[in-house]
Amino acid sequence: MARGSIRLLPVCAAATLALGLSACGGGNINSGGGSASGGAASKCGNFRIAVNPWTGYVADAYVVGYVAKTKLGCNVSYQNVKEQVGWQGMASGSIDTILENWGHADLVKQYITGQKSVQDAGMTGNEGIIGWYIPPWMATKYPDITDWKNLNKYANLFKTSESGSQGQLLDGDPSYVTNDQALVTNLKLNFKVVVGGSEASLIESFRNAEKNKTPLLAYFYEPQWFFSEVKLAKVNLPAYTAGCDADAKKIACDYPPYHLNKLISTKFANGGSSAVGLVKGFTWTNEDQNLVAEYIAKDNMQPEAAAKKWVDANPDKVAAWLK
Amino acid sequence: MSPVTVQAPPPRPGAIKEEQPYIDPQKKRHTGKRLLGILVFWLVLWVALRGKQTLAVPNADTTSFQDWLTQLKVTFSNMAQTNWFFHGVLGTIADAFNWMVGGLQAHISSTAPGQYLGWFGVLAVAMWIAYAVAGRRSTILVGVVLLLLGLFGTWQTGMDTLIITIVSVLISMIVGVPVGIAMARSRRTSAIVTPILDVMQTMPSFAYLSPVALFFGIGPATSVVLTLIYALPPLVRITEHGLRAVSPNTIEAGRSLGVTRSQLLRQIELPMAKRTIVVGINQSMMAALSMATIAALVNGPGLGQPVVSALQILNVGQASVAGLGIVAIAIMLDRTTTAASERTEKSSSGRVGSVGYPGLSSKVIIERLPRWAHEGAGRGSVGHRLTPAGRRLLLGVLLVPVVIAAVYSTRYLQLAQFPDLSGTPLLKELSGTPLAGHINDFTDALVNAIQGLTNAFKNTITYALLNPLQSLLSNLPWWVMAVVLLATAYVLGGWRPTITTAVCEAVILAVGLWNDTMTTLTMTLVATLLVMIIAVALGVGMGRSRRVDTLIRPFLDTFQTIPAFVYLVPALALFGSSRFTAIVAALMYAVPIATKLVADGIRGVAPTTVEAMRSTGCTRWQMISKVQLPMARESLVLSTNQGLLYVLSMVVIGGMVGGGSLGYLIYQGFSQDNLFGKGLCAGIAITALGIMLDRIARHAAERYGR
Repeated sequence: MARGSIRLLPVCAAATLALGLSACGGGNINSGGGSASGGAASKCGNFRIAVNPWTGYVADAYVVGYVAKTKLGCNVSYQNVKEQVGWQGMASGSIDTILENWGHADLVKQYITGQKSVQDAGMTGNEGIIGWYIPPWMATKYPDITDWKNLNKYANLFKTSESGSQGQLLDGDPSYVTNDQALVTNLKLNFKVVVGGSEASLIESFRNAEKNKTPLLAYFYEPQWFFSEVKLAKVNLPAYTAGCDADAKKIACDYPPYHLNKLISTKFANGGSSAVGLVKGFTWTNEDQNLVAEYIAKDNMQPEAAAKKWVDANPDKVAAWLK
Repeated sequence: MSPVTVQAPPPRPGAIKEEQPYIDPQKKRHTGKRLLGILVFWLVLWVALRGKQTLAVPNADTTSFQDWLTQLKVTFSNMAQTNWFFHGVLGTIADAFNWMVGGLQAHISSTAPGQYLGWFGVLAVAMWIAYAVAGRRSTILVGVVLLLLGLFGTWQTGMDTLIITIVSVLISMIVGVPVGIAMARSRRTSAIVTPILDVMQTMPSFAYLSPVALFFGIGPATSVVLTLIYALPPLVRITEHGLRAVSPNTIEAGRSLGVTRSQLLRQIELPMAKRTIVVGINQSMMAALSMATIAALVNGPGLGQPVVSALQILNVGQASVAGLGIVAIAIMLDRTTTAASERTEKSSSGRVGSVGYPGLSSKVIIERLPRWAHEGAGRGSVGHRLTPAGRRLLLGVLLVPVVIAAVYSTRYLQLAQFPDLSGTPLLKELSGTPLAGHINDFTDALVNAIQGLTNAFKNTITYALLNPLQSLLSNLPWWVMAVVLLATAYVLGGWRPTITTAVCEAVILAVGLWNDTMTTLTMTLVATLLVMIIAVALGVGMGRSRRVDTLIRPFLDTFQTIPAFVYLVPALALFGSSRFTAIVAALMYAVPIATKLVADGIRGVAPTTVEAMRSTGCTRWQMISKVQLPMARESLVLSTNQGLLYVLSMVVIGGMVGGGSLGYLIYQGFSQDNLFGKGLCAGIAITALGIMLDRIARHAAERYGR
C-alpha cells in the first residue's frame, strides 16, 4: 500500500503537468500585445474610487472608472466600502472620490468644514427620493391608499407577526436616517415601525409582496434599479416645506428631495490629476443610472461591461464630462 | 468519528483528591422546585407590573455615554492623520501588513502574466507543500480544490482569501503561541488574558469595523487585523490547554534530569503539545475564514467581495458560487492541517479535526472526522514504508517538476491566467456563471414550492413561542428580569456564575440597552431550543447509522463554513423580514455543530450497553429515549452550550433580515457614523450577554452534565 503511494504520485504529477501543458495553446506571453493604456497615464496616475454598497452607486463608479481608464489612461481601482468608511478613506488619502453622496450632515461637518480634507465636487444630477412605498397591485386595487390620510383605514391589511395588532411599516436600510417613528406618532397612524435591516430585506419583501399579492408598506428610495422590475407606488405624505423637518421629534411631513452630490479628497483635487476634471464634470440623470444599474442587477452583466455598454451608447454625454 | 472531549487541565498536584472507595451521596439540590419558585415569582410580577420600567429605547435615541463614544471616535479620526501612535505606530504596522499581503498577492493571486507565478505554478507548489506536510490524499484534495476555484472563475479572489488567511494565521502563531505558553506557566497571566480572549471572540466585529478601518486604512491590513482578532483566541487557548495537558509525570521526570526551564519547554513540553497546537492552528484557520465576508465590507480582498456584491443585487447563485469557494478552501485547510497534525504523531489513534469553537468554555471540543476524510483511510494500520531519508529524497525529486511548472507558468499566458472553460463541454456547467444560474433556478423553484408552508410555520412559532416569551422577558420592569436571571444562575450554577451574571447585568444597564438585550435574549433562547430539537433529531439518526452520517455530514460541513450572506436572500423569500428569519439564519449556522456533538455523544454510548439493552427486548424508541440520550447527556449539554454561542454570533446577521434589537443597532452603528457609539454599546451588550449565558451554562453543565 505504501508502494501505491509512491507509484500514484508521479502519475498525479504527470497528469497535472499534462493538463497544464495541454492548455498551452495560447502561446507565449511575450508575443501578446502590450498594455492598452496610452501615453496619457502619466497625467492621470492612480485614481481610487469608493464603491458604496448599492447598485446605483456601482453604476456611477464603474461608468466614471471606465471613462477614466479608457479616455484618460488612469490606473483605476475600486474600493468597496460603506459611506462613512469612504469619508475616512478620503481623509486618510486612501480614496480619491465618492461619486454619490446622500447628505450626511455630520460627516460634512467633520470632514468638509472641519478637517477640510474633503471637498464638494458638484451635483451628480441624480435626484434622491425617500419615502413610503407600496407594491403596484395595492395601488391598483385600493386607489386611495396613496394618500396618507387613508392609511389608517387600511392598517388592518398590513398586520404581520411582527407588528401585532397594528399595521406594519417596514423600515429599512440602517444606512439612512429615517423619521418614520416620528411620522407615525405625529400623523397618528395606527402603524408600528418594524426594522427590516437591509436593502436586500426591503427588496425581497417587495418582490414577494407583488408576486403573492400580499400587502406591504415600506420605506424605500429612488433612484433604484428595482423600480424597473416592480414599479412601486409612493404614498404621499404631507408635502415637504423648507424647515418642516427642523425638529426631529415633531416631523410630520415628507422627506426632502435629496440632490445627490460628489465628493473629492482635497489631496487628490490639488494633485493635478486629469481625473479631477472628470469627477467634477460627471453628471447624468436618474434614467441613465437606472439603466446601468439594470444591466448589472437584472441582466447580470459585470459592472465594467455594463459601464462600457452605456458609455458606447452615449458618447455625447461622456464628451461633455471631459470638457 | 466519535468526539473526544478534552477536559480542562487537571488541578495542581496538591489539589488532586485521592479517589474514594465509595461514592459520596450528593446533597439533594431541589433544582426543579427552586426553578419553579423563580417562575412563579416571575409570572406574578409580570402580570402585576407589565409594561412598566421596561427601559425600552427607540432605535435612534442615544444616551450621553453612547454620544461620548461617538464623539471619541470623531476625536480619534481627527487625530488619526498626525498622532504619533495612530499614524506612526499603527500606520507602520498597517504598512507592514499591506506589504506582506501585497507581495503575496503579486506572486500568487495576480493574474497579470510576467515575472510572477501563474495559476499552474501556484497549483504545483501548493500540491508539493501539501505532500510534504500532510500526505497523498491531502495533495489530491488541494489539487481538486484549487482547480475548482479556477473553474468557478474565482481563482484570483480565492487566492486572496487564502493569502489573508495564511498571513493572519502566521501572525497568530507568532503572537499566540508565546502568549499561550505564558498562560500555561502562570495562572495569573491566564486569569488576565482569558477575559480579553472572551471579548475578542464574542464582540461582533461589525461593532469595531469602522475604527479598525480608520487606524489601519482601507485594504488588506484592515482585513488582516480583523481576522487576527478573531483567529488569535482559539490558538492561544488551545496552546495553553495543550501545554497544561502535558503529563506532570513527564515534566517531573525531565526536572529530575536537571533540565533548565527553557530546555523543559523546548524539548519536552512543546514537542508533546505539538499535536494539540496544530489543532489550534486548524481552529485559527477556520475562524480566519469566517471573517472573509465581513472584511469585504472594508474592501478586504478575497471571496467575500463577490458575496457582498451579489447580495446587493440579490443574486443567490452568484453569492453561492463564491460561498462554495470559501467552503472548499475551508475543507482543504481543515483536512490538510488535520493530516499534518496526525503526521506529527505517529500513532493513528485519533482522526481529529474540525473543532467547533467559537465558544468560551475551558473545554476544547474536538470532533473526530469520519474515516473517509482521513489521511489513513483504507490503509489499515500499516506503517509507512518510506524511511525519513527516503521521503526527503522523494520530495527533492518531486521538486523538479514543481520548479518546471512554476517557471513555465511565468512564461505562458494559459498557465498564468486560469483558462476560461465556459466553452468546454461538461465543465462549462460547473463554471461560475452557468452554475450560478442553476443555483438560482433551483432556489426559485424551492422557494415557490414551500413558501406558503414556511410562512405558516413562521407565524405559528412567532405567535405561540416568540411573542409570548418576548413579552415575558422584555415587557416588564428591568429589575424583575435581573433578579430572575440572578436567581436562575444561582440555582443552576452556584455563586460563581451569579457574580458573573451580576457584573454582566451591570454592564448591560450601564450601556443603556437593557430592553434590546432582553429581546435579543428571547430570540437566542428560541433559536437555541429549535437548534437542539433539530440537532437531537439529526444527531440520533447520525449516531445510530453510519449511512445517515455519510449522507448528512457534507451538508453540515457546508453550512458551518458558508458565509451567512449567501442564504439571507432565500431566507427572506421564505419567511419575510421578521425576527423568525433572524432565528432561521442562526439555525443554519448553529445546527451543524450541535448535531455533530449530539451524534458523537450517541455514538459514544458503549456498544455493550446497547447490546445488553437490546437483548432485554428494548424497542428502538425505548433504546433512544431511555438509553442512548440519557447516557449521552454530557454531549447534549455541551452541544446546547455550543449551539447557544453559535446562535449569539449570528445576532448581527439576524439584524439585517428583521431581527431588530442589538443586531440591528450594531449594523446601524456601522452604517451611520453618528450612531457609532450606540452600535459599540450594543456590541458590548452582546459580549456581556454571551459571557453571562456561557458561564451559567458551563457551571450548570459541571453540576448536572455527568
